Amino acid sequence: MPLETVALPTILLNTTVNGQPLSLQIEPRTILLDLLRDRLQLTGAKRSCDSQVCGACTVLLDGSPVSACCTLAYEADGRSIETIEGLAGPDGLHPIQQAFVDNAGIQCGFCTPGFVLTAKSLLAENSRPSRAEIAAYLGGNLCRCTGYWNILTAVEDAAGRMAHEHVQGPE
Amino acid sequence: MTSTVALPAQHSIIGHDAPRIDAIPKVTGAAEFAGDLRLHGMTFGRLLRSPYAHARIVSIDASRAEALPGVIAVMTGQNLPSADPYYGHALKDRPILAFDRVRFVGEPVVAVAAEELSIADEAITLIDVKYEELPAAVTIAQALAPDGPHLHDTARLRAGLFHGLGEIQLEPGNVCYHHAFARGDADAIFANADVVVEGEYTFPAVFQYALEPHTTIAEWHGDDDLTLWSSCQHPFLVRAEVADLFALPVGAVRVVVPFLGGGFGAKSYTKMEPITAALARVAGRPVRIANSVDESMVTTRRHGMTAWMRTAASRDGTLLAREVRAWFDTGAYADNGPRVVATGADAAPGPYRWEAVKVDAWGVYTNTSPAGSYRAFGATHLQWCGELQVEEIGRRCGLDALQMRERNLLRRGESVRPGGKPLDADLVGDIQRVARGLDWDTPKPEGISGRGMSVGLLAAGAHPVSTATVRLEADGSVTLLVSSTEVGQGARTVFSQIVAEELAVPMDQIRVLGGDTRVTPYDRSTGASRSTTLAGMAVMRAAVEIRQQLVAIASRVFALPEEALEVRAGAIWHEGESLPYSGLIKAHFGMVGGELQGHGAVRPESGSGSYAEGPVFWEVCIGGSELVIDPDTGKVSIRKVVSVADVGKALNPRLVEAQEMGGAMQGIGNALHEEMLFDETGTLLNATLFEYHVPAIADMPAAFVSNIVENEDGPGPYGAKGVGAGAHPRRGGGPAPPPRAPPG
Repeated sequence: MPLETVALPTILLNTTVNGQPLSLQIEPRTILLDLLRDRLQLTGAKRSCDSQVCGACTVLLDGSPVSACCTLAYEADGRSIETIEGLAGPDGLHPIQQAFVDNAGIQCGFCTPGFVLTAKSLLAENSRPSRAEIAAYLGGNLCRCTGYWNILTAVEDAAGRMAHEHVQGPE
Repeated sequence: MTSTVALPAQHSIIGHDAPRIDAIPKVTGAAEFAGDLRLHGMTFGRLLRSPYAHARIVSIDASRAEALPGVIAVMTGQNLPSADPYYGHALKDRPILAFDRVRFVGEPVVAVAAEELSIADEAITLIDVKYEELPAAVTIAQALAPDGPHLHDTARLRAGLFHGLGEIQLEPGNVCYHHAFARGDADAIFANADVVVEGEYTFPAVFQYALEPHTTIAEWHGDDDLTLWSSCQHPFLVRAEVADLFALPVGAVRVVVPFLGGGFGAKSYTKMEPITAALARVAGRPVRIANSVDESMVTTRRHGMTAWMRTAASRDGTLLAREVRAWFDTGAYADNGPRVVATGADAAPGPYRWEAVKVDAWGVYTNTSPAGSYRAFGATHLQWCGELQVEEIGRRCGLDALQMRERNLLRRGESVRPGGKPLDADLVGDIQRVARGLDWDTPKPEGISGRGMSVGLLAAGAHPVSTATVRLEADGSVTLLVSSTEVGQGARTVFSQIVAEELAVPMDQIRVLGGDTRVTPYDRSTGASRSTTLAGMAVMRAAVEIRQQLVAIASRVFALPEEALEVRAGAIWHEGESLPYSGLIKAHFGMVGGELQGHGAVRPESGSGSYAEGPVFWEVCIGGSELVIDPDTGKVSIRKVVSVADVGKALNPRLVEAQEMGGAMQGIGNALHEEMLFDETGTLLNATLFEYHVPAIADMPAAFVSNIVENEDGPGPYGAKGVGAGAHPRRGGGPAPPPRAPPG
């Protein structure tokens, strides 16, 4: 007996992705990470643990980090999503990205987008965090390559750069 | 090889902290990993896995899954499309899909390809498999018991394509490999020695946890042309094994390797490629199989081990003899187990001078997930046991940990093992650096519970075959083709530095293509800390070949002898006059020019003489640490890690240090946190990262002291030798709390 596929009802999602307003029909069960990676081709958020432990899928929802693997896409309704692809501007890398590059905070790169976005949220909350505060805030992101030292240094450096930029103002 | 024109003695790029050439794509999310690729018409594979550790498959009814709209193919052991159902590079013991019985919980039984992953997920719930459970051997003891169930007909197993272990002859039972050697009369020495220390040790199975789970995409063109995009470390070995499975010439199989989200050995040799290729063949469409983390946990792991070891010494602390018996749990299939066993056994005596050694090591099949390579495989298992015994002997003889090493460590040029390369490192100098980093000559600081050091040697480099091609384009830009996999270690950055140095061009003019077996030239593998030393040497030779061509062309153009010319800043110079490479290429080819090609190769019988005898180099696995034990809770915290990277020449010191930090952190994880727990049914109890704890930021030591030793004594370019594995196993003395070991 052939099985029938039951067309699942869809709902309208109104959201903003990296500054671009977006309306699209989604199944209610759609996971945010699948929406980003499979429908929007934003593959910077990575799938690893699938259980909100590793942080590789981190994106910002209204500026706060969430694990996209454990977030329903519909939770982004009426809110704004920021992914790693939206961070660099026309003038080049975001200071946090540049600090990761300059401080060797990157090895395989699989965890990097998650760390960078979590750091962005941290620095928005606390512009001059101590090393201990950085470590505590990044506790939900795993990296198996670096041993974390250079990542902490990169975030410290980024805080310094951004404070400096703030004082100087944009060029 | 002669280089007619010398470069300046001072390196401008080698030895400097050049930024990673892949940093910007990785920090912007643009870097593509296998799971980020999407082929036209690609379908999504999902595997139904065994719930039993050992069972006979009675029947499989997949009719309901086949009828589900959107399902493209259902593959079982009965419709495998390959010429040979068995694979395994050491022993052909593993079916692509279980077709008569299952041997571990998680073994693939049915593979489904569907238009969407959600459909494949649903389809596997509609498949009815009937099993008849068999007695299982889930521990080494059960597997070695006289009445234990046999997993394989070992006496009839076929050897794999590249086991490299001589003739494998197995007895009936669960031993997949036995490695033994003895030198001198150990029995006599133990009977008469002043001091004998003896102990039993266990090492748990652990999971490599590369953040990117195994991911493979397969696409067939007709039935004799297969392309695989795969998260694999050794594309050429995968190509050979998959071609063999489908009875195709090796050139018919193309393996492309995108960026890897970590490897650590988990992606060495062949993993998900056979099943993905077979499913794509049945489906007639491209298929992607992307493991979840819990699936990767049962795809490969580090061997659990039990061992017995004893060490004899004279009253003055001089080591005399060591005897070791070790059993490595390789799980249901051999994977790289035989090589792990051999390497572990070879490393068991440690880097000391012995009158006698006697080592036996066995690889044992159990009904658990297969075990293979993990960072510094083999060395990690037994180094800490031996180091603990060295320190215990010191305590009994009145020598401290440093004095024991100074007295007994091998000196440069001494034999490590018969037939192998003599020691090519200064171990005493290295251990003294560790001691200085721990302030060894001052009393233990207040609040520190213990401090210790550990040293070992790892036969590194694997088999020394690597090639590289450099193309100098008509405009003076450079394309480097080299197949070493970029797993995060920074291989492509270092290769770029070598080319930039040898051709005197800026790094931003060099493009590195890597890991496409139909485009980039042969490289045996990426592992065993070999890329800088071997592929790097091939890259250097390829670049030097181009330089020689440029100088020869310039000699004709300038009508001057080659000795009168100088290579500098992307041009060939004679006194104040210069011609850029682009001008030389146009002069050579006419019109718009062509390109110069340089090829470099490393193979065992060539090279600086040092590749001929194994190993390529002895990787020094050394370090020290300070730790604190909470007397109330027993919680162990690492306060300080001292690393010594004995690398010959650090081509990029910052990348070396990054390898050291990362390796040390994984070592801490293995020593303090990580253990795969299988219950009595062979089920993995901690199959998620909730329950399996890998080190997070909170587990970082407070201090990391890094030392880079540059004696320019390596066989690689500029005297380099590899780094990366050695940081991992050196956690004896300090952070290794072994069961039944004397308290430190």
